[in-house]
Amino acid sequence: MMDATQLTAEGAIKALAAGETSSAELVDTYLARCEDDRWGSFLALDAERARARANEIDAMDEKPPLRGVPIAIKDVLSTEGLTTTCASKILEGFTPVYTATCVERLERAGAIVLGKTNMDEFAMGSSTENSAYQVTRNPWDLERVPGGSSGGSAAAVAACQAPWSLGTDTGGSIRQPAALCGIVGMKPTYGAVSRYGLVAFASSLDQVGPFARSVRDAAHLLSFMVGKDPKDSTSVDWPDPIVLPTAERLDGMRVGIVTELMGEGIDPGVRAAVERSMALVEELGGTVVPISLPSSAHGIATYYLIAPAECSANLARFDGVRYGPRHEADTLLDQYELTRGELFGPEVKRRIILGTFALASGYYDAYYRRAQQVRTLIVRDFATAFENVDLIASPTSPTVAFKLGERTADPMSMYLADICTVPVSLAGLPSISIPCGLSDGLPVGLQLVGPAFSENRLFAASHALEQAIGFNPTPPGLS
Amino acid sequence: MSDAKYEAVIGIEIHVQLATRTKMFCGCELSFGDPPNTHTCPVCLAHPGALPVTNAEAIRLGIMAGLALGCDIAPESTFHRKNYFYPDLPKAYQISQFDEPLCIGGSFTYLQEEGPQVVGITRVHLEEDAAKLQHLSASGRRAGAEQSAVDFNRGGTPLAEIVTEPDIRTAQQAADFLKQLRGTLREIGISDCNMEEGSMRADANVSIRPVGSTELGTKTELKNMNSFTFLRRGVEAEIARQIAIVEAGDRVVQETLHFDPVTEQLHPLRSKEESHDYRYFPEPDLVPVAPDPAWVAELRDAMPEGPVARRVRYEAMGLTFEDAEVLTESRELSDYFEATAAQADAKQAANWIRGDLRALLSERGEEPWQGHVTPTRLAQLITLVDSGALSRANAREVVLPAILESDKDPQAIVDEQGLGAIGDGDELRSIVQTAIDDNPKQAEQLRGGQDKLLGFFVGQVMKATGGRADAKAVNELIRELLGS
Repeated sequence: MMDATQLTAEGAIKALAAGETSSAELVDTYLARCEDDRWGSFLALDAERARARANEIDAMDEKPPLRGVPIAIKDVLSTEGLTTTCASKILEGFTPVYTATCVERLERAGAIVLGKTNMDEFAMGSSTENSAYQVTRNPWDLERVPGGSSGGSAAAVAACQAPWSLGTDTGGSIRQPAALCGIVGMKPTYGAVSRYGLVAFASSLDQVGPFARSVRDAAHLLSFMVGKDPKDSTSVDWPDPIVLPTAERLDGMRVGIVTELMGEGIDPGVRAAVERSMALVEELGGTVVPISLPSSAHGIATYYLIAPAECSANLARFDGVRYGPRHEADTLLDQYELTRGELFGPEVKRRIILGTFALASGYYDAYYRRAQQVRTLIVRDFATAFENVDLIASPTSPTVAFKLGERTADPMSMYLADICTVPVSLAGLPSISIPCGLSDGLPVGLQLVGPAFSENRLFAASHALEQAIGFNPTPPGLS
Repeated sequence: MSDAKYEAVIGIEIHVQLATRTKMFCGCELSFGDPPNTHTCPVCLAHPGALPVTNAEAIRLGIMAGLALGCDIAPESTFHRKNYFYPDLPKAYQISQFDEPLCIGGSFTYLQEEGPQVVGITRVHLEEDAAKLQHLSASGRRAGAEQSAVDFNRGGTPLAEIVTEPDIRTAQQAADFLKQLRGTLREIGISDCNMEEGSMRADANVSIRPVGSTELGTKTELKNMNSFTFLRRGVEAEIARQIAIVEAGDRVVQETLHFDPVTEQLHPLRSKEESHDYRYFPEPDLVPVAPDPAWVAELRDAMPEGPVARRVRYEAMGLTFEDAEVLTESRELSDYFEATAAQADAKQAANWIRGDLRALLSERGEEPWQGHVTPTRLAQLITLVDSGALSRANAREVVLPAILESDKDPQAIVDEQGLGAIGDGDELRSIVQTAIDDNPKQAEQLRGGQDKLLGFFVGQVMKATGGRADAKAVNELIRELLGS
């Protein structure tokens, strides 16, 4: 029999529909692989419920569309009855009483949750090294990071522990780990997927999105999640259904390549892979034009004011009063300080302090307000660019996967890992990272960005390019 | 104010709990007095990942408040996060409105004996209430408590905060303003404004300045006064305290005070409310409130006449200041009065309602609009008396109680009981003559100028007629027949 774990989700669904395998069999195969500790992808498995659900679906006459295909979920998404820790000690052992809307929608469509994946604590980081619990290793090189913050979800798919998974992206936390792990990662338009049940880091930037081994799988998974949720005021009615891409050509497509993101600071190997992709765009009938996003140079600075400001309020609820561990003390203030001081990790504390400062009376105008103004300029940069091009291309990450521990001592170098992805997040635009080749034997990600709600265009173009690139997402030694 | 050298400058902030079915940002039902923590959900307990969704009915009620206060309704208003740590605030921020409130710039006219007074309304904005803390100590106070418990039932209750301009000058005005404002808010149905249950709370900002000055002095804030009397007494005490400070050559310090109604003392509050940088910023989980202008116009057109406007109209109908005040205490009483006045003399109707009818009903614990004395019957009764067909005494003592008991029209009772007044006919004249003839000595004395004997003869006639005679007519007849 074929190795089920090498399948795409699409392949698995076909196999299920043809009666070649059962959901129970798939779940068992993947669970066995999830128990393999080499990569440190999972923080918790939900084996018992996954098996029960698989049996339930196998016994159904009318099967839901996803037919019991398993999925891995980032531990920042609330799952009823299954621990949700955000990889933080402050939520150690916390079991939610409700399930995030996006997960609920996928479960209703017949997806089966295998477990919860590792991440940077509260999604703050670019290497998953800020997890309070464990290290996650890149399946392409166990000495290297999988990227972050959704490193566990990316590694799980790259290591074939799940055919697909959910991550969240605030400044690049889906796209960057997808690039570093050689898989597809997609951040939808802000508002596309309900944030209800996504433990907030930066509310105006957070979005849920798919990791997959193919563009079609990413599109398929997203198609079940989009649409207005009455529980999230910022979610929107979805204009057109997401369709599974079939395009093989890019005729008439104008792709803008961002000149600022193809020069200094970008590894030559990364640049070369992206340039090869641009050559493919033209071979497929598209046009490549250089474009400029002048304000995006301020993306990182802007992001590191807005996101921490929002997080300083979002994380204030973790006070040990209602849930989670509490460090008892004689006074209320001591209890707050002990609980939060002991249980938040250093990067989370750094951002809370940064954000508190940016919002403080007397500094608000200089920092938070100014950052919002620059954000508006970045939005305009993209709008101007999209007057002339259909999609915007750049590397996803300036480098391939870096070594574990290489950047932990220098937060600034870690922040720069998101230099290509952050401006897109600030503009709220849909964006995908697809693997476009190797550099020194490690995957390189190509980022494509479209105007708001252009998901179908983005998937179509990515699919055509994906076919032309022909990247094998299974790391050497795993096939 | 006791000292004419100074005048007070007072502004009021009023929190009213909106009469919605559910909380401001989640679907939990509002409750008062239910067991603790029985009306909670992931949203109002601030569980990880939960998001607020604005209650549309709260927006509607907030807009109604703004319209009743003559405010502009902002085409777009936003919510902000007000950040501070306290166990009664589960998110550690309160969702409130900051620099873009729902309603801006109105005014409220309230009535005083000396004439109408206008108070500027700075703004009306929406926010959520905090939860309730219970300190488990003998005194119920935080100091010395072994433990503190939180009841989240109240957490997330929708509040409208109404902020006035500093246009009020005396403690009595502050109380009168608040009372009449409450009448208006109740009238439009946005809140039950029950101060004891805390669904209406008032803070007063108080400063003093020399009479004639236009500068503002240093203000203090009196928090959470939960009755009109406490508001008046608290503000009075604070004005006196500030005058004493200034007279002693000291300066008033800006602070937040609590008025203890038992001791009449003002204590500075050292609480979460002070020395805080709230780090307001726009709430990214909510979209701006942008009400459809056509809908707002509909709400505006449907605004009922407020009690203050009714009072003005009643005074124009010939009622006294006090009549109008009493009759507008509730919408039901107002409606009752108006229905009566539509069929009988308005002033008479006011007198009957405020006097005999209420006196009679209060013994039974009923309100005028509840019993058998319908506006039509009361109007009929007034007309019978006015026309001289029924004596006032019989109307008050016999007919009115009989309507209440028997659910019959006044005329039917008059007929049944033979109470038709013996008014100006020959019958009454002969009865009066008989009374004079039977009491020649008293008649002589009355003729001689002893006017107090007039009552004696009226009494005799009433006795003889079973009270059916009209006292005024009897008076006139006695004088005529005695030639005095």
